[in-house]
Amino acid sequence: MMLLQLDVAFIIEKLILITVILMGSLGIAMYATWGERKVAAVMQDRRGPSRAGPFGLLQPLADGLKLFMKEEIIPDSSTRGLFILGPCLAMLTALLTSAVIPWGPDYVTEAGRIISLQVADINIGILFIFGVLSIGVYGIMLGGWASNNKFSLLSSIRAAAQAISYELAMGLSLIAVIMMTGTLSLREIVDQQHGFWSDGYFTWNFFKQPVGFMVFLICTFAELNRAPFDLAEAESELNMGFHQEYSSMKLGFYLFAEYINLFVSSVILSTLFFGGYNFPFMDQVQGAVPQFVFVAVCVLVLLTKAICFILFFMFVRWTLPRFRYDQLMKLGWKSLIPIALINMVVTGLVILWTMKK
Amino acid sequence: MEIHEILFWFLTVMALGCGLGVILSRNPISSVLFLIATFFAISGHYILMNAQFLAIVNIIVYAGAIMVLFLFVIMLMNLNADTEPQKNRLIQFAGVLSGGILFLVILAALRTTTSNAADFTSTDIGLMKNLGKVLFTQYVLPFEISSVLFLSAMIGAIVIGKKE
Repeated sequence: MMLLQLDVAFIIEKLILITVILMGSLGIAMYATWGERKVAAVMQDRRGPSRAGPFGLLQPLADGLKLFMKEEIIPDSSTRGLFILGPCLAMLTALLTSAVIPWGPDYVTEAGRIISLQVADINIGILFIFGVLSIGVYGIMLGGWASNNKFSLLSSIRAAAQAISYELAMGLSLIAVIMMTGTLSLREIVDQQHGFWSDGYFTWNFFKQPVGFMVFLICTFAELNRAPFDLAEAESELNMGFHQEYSSMKLGFYLFAEYINLFVSSVILSTLFFGGYNFPFMDQVQGAVPQFVFVAVCVLVLLTKAICFILFFMFVRWTLPRFRYDQLMKLGWKSLIPIALINMVVTGLVILWTMKK
Repeated sequence: MEIHEILFWFLTVMALGCGLGVILSRNPISSVLFLIATFFAISGHYILMNAQFLAIVNIIVYAGAIMVLFLFVIMLMNLNADTEPQKNRLIQFAGVLSGGILFLVILAALRTTTSNAADFTSTDIGLMKNLGKVLFTQYVLPFEISSVLFLSAMIGAIVIGKKE
């Protein structure tokens, strides 16, 4: 069989990497639920989860066990196949995005073999993320419709309209970044932000595209269905939203996918705008320590940035009240898209001007 | 069989099967879902031909945006068997006839073309860079005309939407 010509070592290496990334995302998402409750508790002057383990650290395990043990109810009036497909899709798309993220610099073994800490370095990395993002809304839509509940349907329609509206502004804000970097590959975008300071200016994209970053950040809130844009699950209007009819681990999948999305979006924000695994004085550190320590430090730097973003998302959730639906649409279509367009034109002019000089 | 061929046959069967599913399934929602699966199969074909950009744009635009809107509308309409319009024999006949004629035209057009197989060896043919170069040099006039067409369609949609 010709199939066996594939490089076995390569496949094993990638399998290990995929397993580690999946387990890591799940673990971080698990503790993000704990973090969310702790942050909420701190901001509301409560103690938060404190019974299970020290500082309530075992709380996520207890929650998971509870969800697994609950009775599984599939409503009679639901469309059974799609009802099951909904949470599967939500989970799948949440986990897919991490495939194109560069988690750290290449590790070169003594035998000269290059081990890349990125599952797939495809040259359309950003577009892949957008593709997965645009598929992600199906999980909510199908789940909401298949439940055969009017609140769920309303919620899924809200979610879809919101996602499509904010994807536009998100894409437009990224075009400015792509124009500047001249590539769609996430690996190259990170490499161009090497270190922190070069040629008399910051290398990180945040300092070159502050407006683009702001638009992207706001759109991320909307894409994640998080407060202040969590209209898809506005309790006071829609009871629980699209996952009202779900129980047991199917509900768990929806809730969990949300936290995985939160983590992956934070990593993407750090990768695109805050230098990914780059940090100040990284060249000096690279010369001073063994290679595997350097790679580990880089991965930790990326994770630290991501966790800062997760905390930021949580602080915003417990600070700002929910938008009204018409306000949400007005913000997306009448503010963010024009701002992103102007930013794009200005970036183009600046690039043209610097090229002429 | 090489892996390339296996993938080709898998994607072809998937595309044709899902395409049949679109027209044969009773439920409009599952029709839409079959159509989305067809788009994925076609994107797979694009990737086999080294056109990654086209593949991902196909998914973003068709599967990610247009089909979401389709699904949106169908969910709101709540189509049932009793609200479905009664199909006239004559209309069915006309539909089959026009579809057959379209098929004939496509077949006639494809029969005379010389086989222009994609170059599977060069991996950069479908990159965004090459596509952009071709679009803005060789095909700049059709490209600009189609963008004007899109603009007018957008304005038209807004005008229709504004009418109370």
